[in-house]
Amino acid sequence: MKDEVQSPEERSAGLKGLGCSRKRVEDVRFTQGRGNYVDDIKLDGMLTGDFVRSPYAHARILSINTEAALAVPGVLAVLTAKDLEPLGLHWMPTLAGDKQMVLADGKVLFQGQEVAYVVATDRYAAADGVAAVEVDYEDLPVVTDPFKAMDPDAPVLREDLAGQTEGAHGPRRHHNHIFTWEQGDKAATEAVLAEADVVAEEMVYYHRTHPMPLETCGCVASMDKVTGKLTLWGTFQAPHAVRTVASLISGIAEHNIRVISPDIGGGFGNKVGVYPGYVCSIVASIVTGKPVKWVESRMDNLMSTAFARDYWMQGKIAATKEGKITGLWCHTTADHGGFDACADPTKFPAGFMNICTGSYDIPVAYLAVDGVYTNKAPGGVAYRCSFRVTEAAYFIERMIEVLAIRLNMDAAELRRINFIRKDQFPYQSALGWEYDSGDYHTAWEKALNAVGYDVLRREQAERLEAFKRGETRKLIGIGLTHFTEIVGAGPVKNCDILGLGMFDSCEIRIHPTGSAIARLGTISQGQGHATTFAQIIASEIGIPADDITLEEGDTDTAPYGLGTYGSRSTPVAGAATAMAARKIRAKAQMIAAYLLEVHDDDVEFEVDRFVVKGAPERFKTMKEIAFASYNQAIPGVEPGLEAVSYYDPPNMTYPFGAYICVMEIDVDTGEHEVRSFYALDDCGTRINPMIIEGQVHGGATEGYAIAMGQEIAYDEMGNHKTATLMDFFVPTAWETPHYTTDFTVTPSPHHPIGAKGVGESPNVGSVPCFSNAVHDAFRPFGLVQSHMPHDHWRIWKIAEDLGLHV
Amino acid sequence: MIPAGFEYHRPADLASAVGLLQEHGEEARVVAGGHSLIPMMKLRMAELGHLVDLQAIGELKGIEIADGTAILGAMTTQHELIEHADLATAIPLLREAALQIADPQVRYLGTVGGNVANGDPGNDMPGLMQCLGARFELYGPAGTRQVAARDFYESAYFTARADDEILTKVTIPVPAAGTGYAYAKQKRKIGDYATAAAAVLVGTASASVAMTNLSDTPVWSEEAGMALANGDIEGCVAAMLAAIDPQEDMRGPIAFKKHVAAVILRRAIDSALSRRA
Amino acid sequence: MSKMHIKFHLNGQEVEGLAEPRMLLIHFLRENLKVTGPHIGCETSHCGACTVDLNGKSVKSCTLFACQADGAAITTVEGLTNPDGTLGVLQEMFREHHGLQCGFCTPGMITRAHRLLQENPTPTEEEVRFGISGNLCRCTGYQNIVKAILAAAEQLNAHKAPSSSEAVGQNVEAAE
Repeated sequence: MKDEVQSPEERSAGLKGLGCSRKRVEDVRFTQGRGNYVDDIKLDGMLTGDFVRSPYAHARILSINTEAALAVPGVLAVLTAKDLEPLGLHWMPTLAGDKQMVLADGKVLFQGQEVAYVVATDRYAAADGVAAVEVDYEDLPVVTDPFKAMDPDAPVLREDLAGQTEGAHGPRRHHNHIFTWEQGDKAATEAVLAEADVVAEEMVYYHRTHPMPLETCGCVASMDKVTGKLTLWGTFQAPHAVRTVASLISGIAEHNIRVISPDIGGGFGNKVGVYPGYVCSIVASIVTGKPVKWVESRMDNLMSTAFARDYWMQGKIAATKEGKITGLWCHTTADHGGFDACADPTKFPAGFMNICTGSYDIPVAYLAVDGVYTNKAPGGVAYRCSFRVTEAAYFIERMIEVLAIRLNMDAAELRRINFIRKDQFPYQSALGWEYDSGDYHTAWEKALNAVGYDVLRREQAERLEAFKRGETRKLIGIGLTHFTEIVGAGPVKNCDILGLGMFDSCEIRIHPTGSAIARLGTISQGQGHATTFAQIIASEIGIPADDITLEEGDTDTAPYGLGTYGSRSTPVAGAATAMAARKIRAKAQMIAAYLLEVHDDDVEFEVDRFVVKGAPERFKTMKEIAFASYNQAIPGVEPGLEAVSYYDPPNMTYPFGAYICVMEIDVDTGEHEVRSFYALDDCGTRINPMIIEGQVHGGATEGYAIAMGQEIAYDEMGNHKTATLMDFFVPTAWETPHYTTDFTVTPSPHHPIGAKGVGESPNVGSVPCFSNAVHDAFRPFGLVQSHMPHDHWRIWKIAEDLGLHV
Repeated sequence: MIPAGFEYHRPADLASAVGLLQEHGEEARVVAGGHSLIPMMKLRMAELGHLVDLQAIGELKGIEIADGTAILGAMTTQHELIEHADLATAIPLLREAALQIADPQVRYLGTVGGNVANGDPGNDMPGLMQCLGARFELYGPAGTRQVAARDFYESAYFTARADDEILTKVTIPVPAAGTGYAYAKQKRKIGDYATAAAAVLVGTASASVAMTNLSDTPVWSEEAGMALANGDIEGCVAAMLAAIDPQEDMRGPIAFKKHVAAVILRRAIDSALSRRA
Repeated sequence: MSKMHIKFHLNGQEVEGLAEPRMLLIHFLRENLKVTGPHIGCETSHCGACTVDLNGKSVKSCTLFACQADGAAITTVEGLTNPDGTLGVLQEMFREHHGLQCGFCTPGMITRAHRLLQENPTPTEEEVRFGISGNLCRCTGYQNIVKAILAAAEQLNAHKAPSSSEAVGQNVEAAE
C-alpha cells in the first residue's frame, strides 16, 4: 500500500493541515458565478419589499397617504408604523440595549430612515409604489454635531425617552445623552498628569465611515402557514442570534424559525445588526402568506445601515522627559446617531475601547466615553475590527506620535522604550485587560530592519532639504504603527450579546469511510472558513482536509454560536473545532487500542493514525478506526464517531503587528502616493498563510480607503452627502497600494492551537499607519494633529495652514 | 434605484429619430452610451416617456480624418477613439483625455456625442472640444446646423441644442504639426469627475486653453490662450483663474479648487510646452 | 407599460424573454434568465460587479436596459467555464492565486479580465491595474487579483502557438 511507504512528513503534507496554503474549496463555485447569495434566491410567488425613506434628518410625520401607492399595479400592501403597532413591532430592541423604530413612529430622526414598507410583485412595482406614497413632514431643528447635541437647549431627539434618567448603561444626564462608560483610575491618572514632566494633549477624531461590503444587506422571509414555520434567509453574520432575536420580538417559537445565511458578499460588521428590513419582510410574509425579499440599494445601505466609528477622542498622555509614558487619559464623545444600535457585548457600551493603552506599558490610565444621540443614521458597528478596537488603536497610535513631537523624539524609539516587554506577559493593563502574549520588541526590530528605517529617515531629511531649497514640491512621510488588538469575544463571564454568551461551537461527524462533515456556529463572509477549519481538523485527527465538508449558517443544522465578527471565528469557533476534534481523537484512541489489543495508554497519535508505542509497524489509521466505530461492538464505547464542542474561551486573544508606510505627498494638490507598505502581523499560529496574506491585503486596503478619503458626511441640515460610490471613496486597483507582508509567531497560550485571529488586524493597524505617514510628512513644519480622512483637499489644507503655498 | 416606465425606440436612421423627438416633444430623450442618462433615470431625477436609442443609426458612427479635419460620429465611443491609431497621431490630445475619462467599461459605451451634448459640467469632452476649437453638427426638423463648441454651453445641462435636435458629428481641426498638447486632470480616484482638469494646445504663435468642472460650463478663455501664445504662462493662469467659478462639493472648498486649478493648468502647460516641436 | 420581446445570444445560446423597456439588463439576466453570476453592487456604474461582455465589450449591465441588448451577443462568467465543466484559465488562476474572498465581485472581475486579455494578451502589472479599474473589490486589495490575471495571461500565451506579440498595449501613461 502507498500508505505504508510514506513517511510521517509525507502523510502530514497530504492532509493539508495547519500551516498549509491550501487552495480554497469555495472558489470552484465562486469563480463560475455559482455562489448563492441572498439576492440569488428565487422562490415561487416571491414578493419584493422596498422602503419609503425620509428625505429629512429630523421631522414630524403629519400624515402618510398610501392610497395612490396601493393603486399601483403590482403593489399588494404598504406597511406603516400603525400597522406594526398592534403586533408590537413598530419598534425593536437594538443590540445595545436601546430600541429603534422599525417604521417611523410619529417622527424621523435621520435622513433615509424607514417610513413605510411597500410590498409588491417585483422590485419595479415596489419602486413605483414607493414613489407613490405621500408623506407629509414638518421639519424639526436638526443637530448633527454631538457636542451641540449636549447643549442644554439642543433639540430633543428621542421624545420616547422623555424623563428617563436611567439608560441601559447607567444614568443619562441630558435628553440627548445615552450613557457614560468609565474605566480605569481617574484620580490616580489625573494625579500623574498633574505631576508629569511632559503632558501632550490632543483631540483625535476618527470620522464616521461605513463597512460597505460589495453586497448590500438583504433577506428573504418565508412563512409557511401550513407548517407554521418561518424560514429566513439573509445576510447575517450571526444567524443563530438572529433566530433568537426574531423569536423574542415576533413571538414565534424558536424551533419554528429557521435562519439561513447563504453565501455572504462581504460583511465587515455591516451584517451583524438587525435591521427594519428584516422585521418588515417577516411581517409582510406573514400578512401575505408569500415569501418576501428585501435587498437594500447601495444608497439605502450607505444612508441607513450600520455606520462605523464617529469617535471624538480627547487625549492626554504623560511622560518623563526621557520618554517613559507615565499615564494616559481619554475622554470620548461617541456620536451614535438617532438610535443606539451599536453591536457591542452588553457590558461594553463602548466596546473594547479600553484597549486604548495599546502596545505600551502604561502604569495608570483613565477612559470615559459619553454616547450621544444626533440626527444621523444609527450603527456604530465594529467595521472590520473587534468592538471599537480600531478607534482605540488610532487614538493611542496618534497620541504616541503627538508625544514624540512634544519630546522631540523619534517615534520609533519612543515606541520601543514603552513597549510591554516579552517577560511581562501575561500583562495586566491599566484599563483592565490581561494581554495573553506578545513579543513586541522582536516584531518592531524586524519591521524597522525590513524597511531600512534609518535609510528612509535619511532620505526623508534630504527630501525636506530639497523642498526647502525649492527643488521639489513633494514631501516624504513615514508612517509607523504598532498595534495590539483584543479579539475573540469572548469569555461568557463578561461577554454576551442580548444575554447570549459569546461562546462558539463546532460539531464534527466522521463518516464510516473516513471522511467527515463539520458544522460551526460561525459564518464565512469571504474568510474561507470551509477551507481553514477543515485544516484544523485535518491536523488534529489526521483526516485529509479535502475529505472534510464544512457547513455554517443554517440554524436547523449547525450548532449554536454567536457568529463571525470581531475576529472571533478562529479564536472561538476555531478553538471549538480543535476541541471537538480532540474529543474524536480521544474516542479514536480507545477504538484503536481495542483493535490493536493494547491498553489505551499504549497507543499514541501520529499524523493520521494511532501507533503502538515502540512498535511502529502496529497501527490503525483514522480511516480504519472510523469504519470500526460503525461496525464493531466495542465494550464500553458507543458506536459512531462524532463530537460537539461549545467553547467558552478563557480569555480574549491579542494579535499584534508592526506596520510601516512610506508616502509621497504633493503639497500643492494634496495628492499622495503610497510608495511602500510593510505589514508584519503576529496572529499566533498560522493556519493558512495564503489566506492570512489575503486578509492583510484586503484589510489594509480598507484602512487605506478610510484614512485617505472614505467618510460618511452630512451637511448641517443632516443631508447625507456620500450616498453613492461617486463620493464614498472605495479605491480601485489603480489607487490601491502594493503590500509587503511579513510575520512573527507568538502563539496564544490559552488557545488550543495557539491561533489569535487576523482578519481585522490590517484595518486596525493600517489606518493609523497611513494617517501617521501624512502627519509625519508635515511634522518638520509644526503639524501636530489633523483629522482624517486625508483626502486631497484636507492635505492641501494642512499645507495651506502651514504656509507652504506661499 | 429603479427607473420609471417609458417606451423604447431604436430608430434606424436620423430622420426617424428626429421624428420621434418631434412626435413626443419633452417626453422624449435620446440615449447614446447611457452613462449619464440611465443613472439619472434610476435615481428618478430624469423621468421620460420615450427613450430613443441611437445605437442602430449608422450615420452617427465612424471616424474620418481628411484635409486637416477630424470628424467623429457622435456615437463614437471613448474606447473606439482611444484605439484609433490615426486619430491618436493626428490629435493625440483626444486620446490622452479619453484615457482619463471614467473607467474601461464606461469607455466602451460612453460616446463622444453623449459626453459633449449632455452639458454636464463634470464631463471632460466639452472643455476638450472647446480647447480644440471643435464644431458640433446638430440635426433637427429644420435640417443641419453647426455650432462651435465654444458657443454651445449655456449653463449646467443647458446647451444650444434644441430638444428636437440630435448632435450628430464633432468636427475638429487637426492642430498644426508640432503643436504641444496636454490633458491634465486631478481626480480622487478612477471613475470620479475632475477636481480640476485642463486641456492645453500650444503652437509656435497660438495657444488654446480650457478647463473642466470648475464652473457650470466648461471654461475656455481666449485671454488665457493669447497670454500663453505670447509665452506668458502666469498671465495665462491668471486669466483662467479669473474665468472659473468653482463650487464647493465633496472634492473640496472653493479656495482649494482655485489653487488646484492653477497647479493643474501649469502642469498641463509645462507638459504641452515640453511636447511642442 | 407593455412588455417587449427581447432576444439575444447568451453564452452561446439564444435566449429570449419578455420585459418592460425599463428593465435593466442585470435584472433581466438575474431574474428572468436566472443567470446569477453577475451581481448588483452599487447601481451607479461604479463597482463593476454586474460586468458582462456585450458584443466584445465589457459593460456594466446595471446601466443598460435589457431592450438595448436585444440582438446582442452576451457572455457572463458562466460562459467562461470550459466546455468540459472544468475551470477556465482565468477562473483557475483566481483560485490558484487567491484572487477572491467573498466572491461577490469575482464574476464581474473575471469577465472584465477576460476581455482585457483578449485585447492585450501580454499586459504589464500597471496595465492590468488600469484595465480592471472599473471593478471594485472590498476583500482582496487587488494584489492577488492582479497576480491571477498576469498568471492567466502567461498560461494563455504558453498554450498559444508562438505568434506575433504585437499586443496593442492599453496605454496608461495618460492616467498617471
